[in-house]
Amino acid sequence: MMRLELVKRPQRSALFSALSPFMAFVLTIIAGAIMFALLGVNPLTAFRIYFIEPVSQVWQLHELAIKAAPLILIAVGLSVCYKANIWNIGAEGQFIFGAIFGSAIPVLFPQFEGPLVLPLMLLLGMVGGAAYAAIPALLKTRFGTNEILTSLMLVYVAQLFLDWLVRGPWRDPQGHGFPQTIQFGDSAVLPELMPDAGRANWGFVFALIAAVLIWILMSRMLKGFEVRVLGSSPRAGRFAGFGLNRMVFFAFLLSGALAGLAGISEVSGAIGQLQPVISPGYGFTAIIVAFLGRLNPLGIVAAGLVLALTYLGGEAVQSALGISDKVARVFQGMLLFFVLGCDTLIHYRIRLIGLALTKPEAAAKLEAAPKLKEAR
Amino acid sequence: MSANQDGTNLLEVRGLTKIFGTLTACDHIDLDIARGEIHALLGENGAGKSTLVKMLFGSLEPNSGEIFWNGQAVRITSPGVAKKLGIGMVFQHFSLFEALTAAENIALSLDDGSPISSIAAKARALSYSYGLPLDPESMVGDLSVGERQRIEIIRCLLQTPQLIILDEPTSVLTPQEADKLFETLERLRSEGKSILYISHRLEEVKRICDRATVLRHGKVVGHCNPREETAASLARMMVGNEVQAVVRAPVEGIETAQPLLEIRGLTRKPATPFSIPLRNISLNVRAGEVIGIAGVAGNGQGEFFESVSGEVLQQDAASVRIRGKDAGGLTITGRRLLGAAFVPEERLGHGAAPRMKLSENLLLSRHATDGKAFVGTGGMVKSGAIYAASQRIIAAMDVRKSAPDPEAAALSGGNLQKFIVGRELDRRPSVMVVNQPTWGVDAGAAAHIRQALIELSRSGSAVLVISQDLDELFEISDAIAVMHNGELSKAMPIAEATFEKVGLLMGGAEPGHAEHTLETA
Repeated sequence: MMRLELVKRPQRSALFSALSPFMAFVLTIIAGAIMFALLGVNPLTAFRIYFIEPVSQVWQLHELAIKAAPLILIAVGLSVCYKANIWNIGAEGQFIFGAIFGSAIPVLFPQFEGPLVLPLMLLLGMVGGAAYAAIPALLKTRFGTNEILTSLMLVYVAQLFLDWLVRGPWRDPQGHGFPQTIQFGDSAVLPELMPDAGRANWGFVFALIAAVLIWILMSRMLKGFEVRVLGSSPRAGRFAGFGLNRMVFFAFLLSGALAGLAGISEVSGAIGQLQPVISPGYGFTAIIVAFLGRLNPLGIVAAGLVLALTYLGGEAVQSALGISDKVARVFQGMLLFFVLGCDTLIHYRIRLIGLALTKPEAAAKLEAAPKLKEAR
Repeated sequence: MSANQDGTNLLEVRGLTKIFGTLTACDHIDLDIARGEIHALLGENGAGKSTLVKMLFGSLEPNSGEIFWNGQAVRITSPGVAKKLGIGMVFQHFSLFEALTAAENIALSLDDGSPISSIAAKARALSYSYGLPLDPESMVGDLSVGERQRIEIIRCLLQTPQLIILDEPTSVLTPQEADKLFETLERLRSEGKSILYISHRLEEVKRICDRATVLRHGKVVGHCNPREETAASLARMMVGNEVQAVVRAPVEGIETAQPLLEIRGLTRKPATPFSIPLRNISLNVRAGEVIGIAGVAGNGQGEFFESVSGEVLQQDAASVRIRGKDAGGLTITGRRLLGAAFVPEERLGHGAAPRMKLSENLLLSRHATDGKAFVGTGGMVKSGAIYAASQRIIAAMDVRKSAPDPEAAALSGGNLQKFIVGRELDRRPSVMVVNQPTWGVDAGAAAHIRQALIELSRSGSAVLVISQDLDELFEISDAIAVMHNGELSKAMPIAEATFEKVGLLMGGAEPGHAEHTLETA
């Protein structure tokens, strides 16, 4: 009988930490090639259709920007949470509530028009996302609940709430019974950046601005320092006078607001109305984006573009090769799996332990293990 | 160096070398330990004592060099091998489970499957025969630090070692407990066992050790008979030059000086089953004086520090007053803004964030008090200003480091402590509260820190020092109070204090305490 053990490495390599996302990408390509081969498709053809063709024309780059914008917006918010060692898994729900809050204006007051409409919608979207994120924050600080569970469960509440809204009170009366709201008026639609070239809207600009602002926050500002201290050494943070409970609220409200902004931008930009499903899992995919981008806002911009491509590629292989677009989920899952795997193996190494050894010998081996490495 | 009489030493070490990256922690160490001797291993922090001992006990592998056991070349590849050879070790930091009994803890380390009852019987017999009485059925969490150390020693003796390594064994003991330990060690010596005794307390080494090996910067700088040396000459060998004696000018008119830190009836319930409650503590620290709080570790000092610093708030706002203002309800930031500064016991992870640069660690305790200097408009950190200020502190405190602005974890304990103390001194605080200011800090750095604390007080600040090191407290304090089981004795002026009086209080033997115990019992 053999047993696997993870043994912490005494030193971790800065080089490999930086390379980890790229190694993960290469491993994903290899595993993807095997998958395509098993599906009976020539992997080279499949990769060309999956990764190259979706970005070979200008209008397609616009589509990429549309998909990348919510991923980046959500992921930069999540990076602040994760740096603070606070685990918001519920961005998908905050995205939906942002969309609902922001849509309240064009749905409930369709006659209200003018230049004020859009800013108000965006603001309400952020408020909605933040308010929904405040629930797990409140539960954690008041009752000590695990925010991973509560924030995740609230996603399903949000999805069902949206479903009820668009089938019930907010359904378009002239919509022939389809579960959707009315089409937003012109002043409630997020304008396109370059209407002649493609559909990309201001959401992508919001994403880039958010990435730069969060980067400044985390690397240059006292608040970012507070996030990093509390995340890495909570006791030192308490000594510094930083409150952990306040940080829980800050991180949740900030990431919730950005997820909410992503939600209302998606609805008022790409979709133009509320419908039962408004996100192909952006809130969850953004978790992959955050880690693939090393929790660094600028890295997240790059990672967001890569993950956006997996969505486009999934649609492309479906139409060109007849393969289910669920293949996009497979690629996203593999990317996360490999990046976490690479990170783990950068910090730890695997040892095989024979259970046949007597306990003291095994214990002695374990104690000696990290030192062997040092001696080299 | 005394020659070995019978030709074979129990342990001989030749040219033992250990390299970590660019640092040579042990550089061609030679060491002989004869049968039936107490051999001292002396050296400052970072001199390589721990590394050497870890190689002897098999937790580190040397890069080169040889170890001879009874004249035979051996490779000690693991602690298991060391134990089989007959080498036992008592660590400075105990590895005991508080929620288990003494006997259960011993059984865990023996790992030979014998029933607890027989282990308990053996442990009891052994402990009484060595004059270290121990009840094997008692829960570790209920035992004093001295008693816990006994478990470690008994655990080690049960494996009938030939060589026992003791790492700073008296650092957690009262003087009376230390005396008991010395009797045991002499008894072991008379049975022909050898002891490698690691310490930086020179008086102890002179008292019980037969020979001493002195390390400095990873090299052996000398072998000597400590009985023929003076404490000063031993210190000179360790440090390389005469350690600057701490100078403490007497203070006058202190009775009329204004108390800057007042603690009135401070009470705190235990936060966990194993933490100590604080019982009605009162103390005044006046401008211009240093008050020392002595006590064996784990008698409420940590809880007291947290309460005074504001990491834990008090319900009664008047139970902690800083510069005449009620501070019990204020957070640590609020108390800092009143002019107080704090240095906790734990350096890494409490006083400093390990993976952050020194300049960022400066911000840790001073982001609010020096808000204008270090933080600009809109909460932007002025990285130039914190870098300059951290360099100023590094220069003032002589902090030695390998890079201009290294991570805190990259510094040795002593150098990081100098930085953390310097970070607070740089503010010229009017109240300074320090927990274990020189714990694990080398002699040179310790003298520097102590002198700095005295000077701070003489410039008109109130300084409160919590320490387990009695020598230190007698060196710097104007009055000493003793903490025992969450109670604080009256502060006695240094002129009236003796080691014996303080030692008795540390053991809990004060009439005042006895009455109080009766009341609460």
